Amino acid sequence: MRSLLKKMPAWLTALPLTICLQTGLHAETVAKYGISMADIPLTTGQPDRGAGAYQFTGHTIYDPLIAWEANIGNRPGKLIPGLATSWKVDPVDHKKWLFTIRKGVKFHDGSDLKASSVVWNLDKVLSDKSPQFDAKQSAQVRPRIPSIATYRAVDEFTVEITTKNVDALFPYQLPWFLIGSPAQWENMGKDWSKVATQPSGTGPFKLDKLVPRERAELVRNASYWDKTRIPKTDRIVLIPIPDAMTRANALLNGQVDIIESPPPDVLPQLKSSNFKLVTNVTPHVWPYHFSTYPGSPWTDIRVRKAANLAIDRNAIVKLLNGLAVPAKGQLDSTSPWFGKPSFKIGYDLPQAKALMAQAGYSPSKPLKAKIIIAQGGTGQMLSLPMNEFIQQSLAEIGIQLEFEVVELENLYLHWRSGAKADMNAGKDITGINLGYVTADPFYALTRFVDSRYIAPNGVNWGGYSNPKMDTTLDTLRNNFDTKVQDGLLAEVHQTMVDDALMLWVVHDVNPHALSPKVLEFVQAQHWFQDLTTIRMK
Amino acid sequence: MLSYILKRLLFALPIALSVTVVSFMLVYLAPGDPLNAIAPADAPADVIQALKSAYGLDKPVPVQYALWLWRALHGDLGTSISSGRAVLGEVLGAVSNTFMLAIVASLIGVCMGCMLGALAGYRRGSWIDKIATTLSVIGVSIPHYWLGLVLTIIFSITLGWLPAMGAGPGGSSDWVWDFEHLRFLVLPATTLCVIPMGIITRTVRALVADMLEQEFVTALRARGISSTAVFRHIAKNTAPTVLAVTGLQIGYLMGGSILVETVFAWPGTGFLLNTAIFQRDIPLLQGTLLVLCMIFVVLNLIVDIIQPLIDPRMGRA
Repeated sequence: MRSLLKKMPAWLTALPLTICLQTGLHAETVAKYGISMADIPLTTGQPDRGAGAYQFTGHTIYDPLIAWEANIGNRPGKLIPGLATSWKVDPVDHKKWLFTIRKGVKFHDGSDLKASSVVWNLDKVLSDKSPQFDAKQSAQVRPRIPSIATYRAVDEFTVEITTKNVDALFPYQLPWFLIGSPAQWENMGKDWSKVATQPSGTGPFKLDKLVPRERAELVRNASYWDKTRIPKTDRIVLIPIPDAMTRANALLNGQVDIIESPPPDVLPQLKSSNFKLVTNVTPHVWPYHFSTYPGSPWTDIRVRKAANLAIDRNAIVKLLNGLAVPAKGQLDSTSPWFGKPSFKIGYDLPQAKALMAQAGYSPSKPLKAKIIIAQGGTGQMLSLPMNEFIQQSLAEIGIQLEFEVVELENLYLHWRSGAKADMNAGKDITGINLGYVTADPFYALTRFVDSRYIAPNGVNWGGYSNPKMDTTLDTLRNNFDTKVQDGLLAEVHQTMVDDALMLWVVHDVNPHALSPKVLEFVQAQHWFQDLTTIRMK
Repeated sequence: MLSYILKRLLFALPIALSVTVVSFMLVYLAPGDPLNAIAPADAPADVIQALKSAYGLDKPVPVQYALWLWRALHGDLGTSISSGRAVLGEVLGAVSNTFMLAIVASLIGVCMGCMLGALAGYRRGSWIDKIATTLSVIGVSIPHYWLGLVLTIIFSITLGWLPAMGAGPGGSSDWVWDFEHLRFLVLPATTLCVIPMGIITRTVRALVADMLEQEFVTALRARGISSTAVFRHIAKNTAPTVLAVTGLQIGYLMGGSILVETVFAWPGTGFLLNTAIFQRDIPLLQGTLLVLCMIFVVLNLIVDIIQPLIDPRMGRA
């Protein structure tokens, strides 16, 4: 007994130490994330698979010069400094932009970030003569940074980028362009397929393991330069599960902790089993984009407005089990660029019928139109049921819709070619149903209304041309005051809505389902999400 | 025997060549653009053209075929457009995952099918026959996508006994043959095995019932040979047909069930084909089809070679 008492202090010291060691050994917090893609997006620097992929292998491993604020959910984010601490346009030559590169930032491989690294990355995607040029990465990002003409390193920490034309909205293009390590490319024998397994960026996560089509494991970068964005979880495992029902099953079974886009039918079961459903305003719209070329039935603004007034959007939201919000325009009404359109979009059947009557149509004398739609796919929501709903709704006011149903990949071809192309006009297709990302001024507005972007030069699909709009866009491109820009963008959106350029139906809410083990996940009002905000039990 | 094997090998060559033509050309019949897999939907025409050139898609189709075949003969199936990885590596990884699943499903399916079929054949018209026949009809006609979901709901969601998806806790790259990993095989293998089980049950039942009517069986019985020995004779006579059917079934399973592998997110050939089809990843699609067709050809060749070893009459024919 005495010997036991003698040893007591040693035991009392050893016990907490053992507990601490044990806890330390098992302390790693892991979040398993079931993503809706069929494969892990590209890890070499510029993710493929669209805007939604940036949250997984883009802004986790890498940083852009100018970032998008994605760690807040209660208001739209804004542009914030990333690897550039500041940027300004040359007061004399408005095509020249100067970026001051953040000092003291290191890539995951230990090499330093310098102005030359930024130039090397620009060459990687814009100069096919450079040894590091990668056609695949280039294809991802070139369409997203169309304004860049030339670039150079002015000194060790200053980069100058010259745009093709004066473009005050140019900074909005830069969150898409990510900076990887030139040293790592050299270390990997200048082989991008090897860099894919051991990439090196400056981001808050490092890639620890990559099993193509099965998983990517990201671990916390404890020495990340932005101390406000140190990941709250040690390890995030991304698991591609393209089938929505399988994703939901994996969540219910505890194999994953977070899933994207749970199927609407499973929501009641998820809620009753204490799983959390997180949604937010999302820059997405599900519209019918009309052709305004001569001969199209949609050239008459009364018909376009009538179509917008004939849809009971709340019923569509109900059809989607609440996973959408009714659209009142191209943008959500909370957007700073929504403006004050005089045409109020809502469900007003008598007014819709009156407009159709003015245009000379009625259910007994219907207007016929053919719309090309996808059978499903990313961004298309519940394509077929929603389109059938629209078809029935428009029939009530005397618009008889016929659908040309194709696969999404094929729909993109029809979209890129424009309404005037033979593949559309030759088949009397006068409208296209394609979910649009509306994340920034270019993606949300200007690409659809600028007459310079009439297809095939861009995706102004329907050939919309409005001199007043073009003048506003010119003013916008030449004005560098953010507040004035916001006002002008609101003006652009107002005109779009007042012209009823499209039939806007609903906005997606980018739903995520979380297991009770997830304590925190901030869902930004964007396709860019910040995985550093995930906190586990 | 040697001439028989050589003859079979010679027959296999034109089949293999036809397979390469079909694998290559088939994918061009589907609408859509393979570059959608890598280029954003709004990529301008110059970006698309640069990519076409980078992937050799700007060349005439016969030229593309000749280049592809030449590389394939040298073991290079090209590079996946969507992932940038070597197609051969992608396909072999998927084939090994499907092989694992197919072997387990085949073992269950063949054993169950032979047992049920033999019982039903021996006891024609009895309740055993009716149960076996009902099970075989269900096995052949049940939608496997639905069966997979139902099994998941029961055994993964409600009871929580088995995982709902995946190929092991750490993915297929960390696969080991232990209990923790085998749990991941149970549901997909059970879902898949009902097809061969149903077909083999029907085949064996019909063969056994037919054999029992044969004069040699009556003669064997008249000589007082034990029923076990009679069964051995019947088994030997049914074996070549069962082997041929089993070979075909393993071939089908090696092709991977797109639906079953999608339901269980099993990273096999079906899952790979599904991805390749939706992404219009032409090199991956062509490579996967080619490898799967060649597996089918080789399996049939093996069956053709084994059959005369069991029944020498076939070799002589």
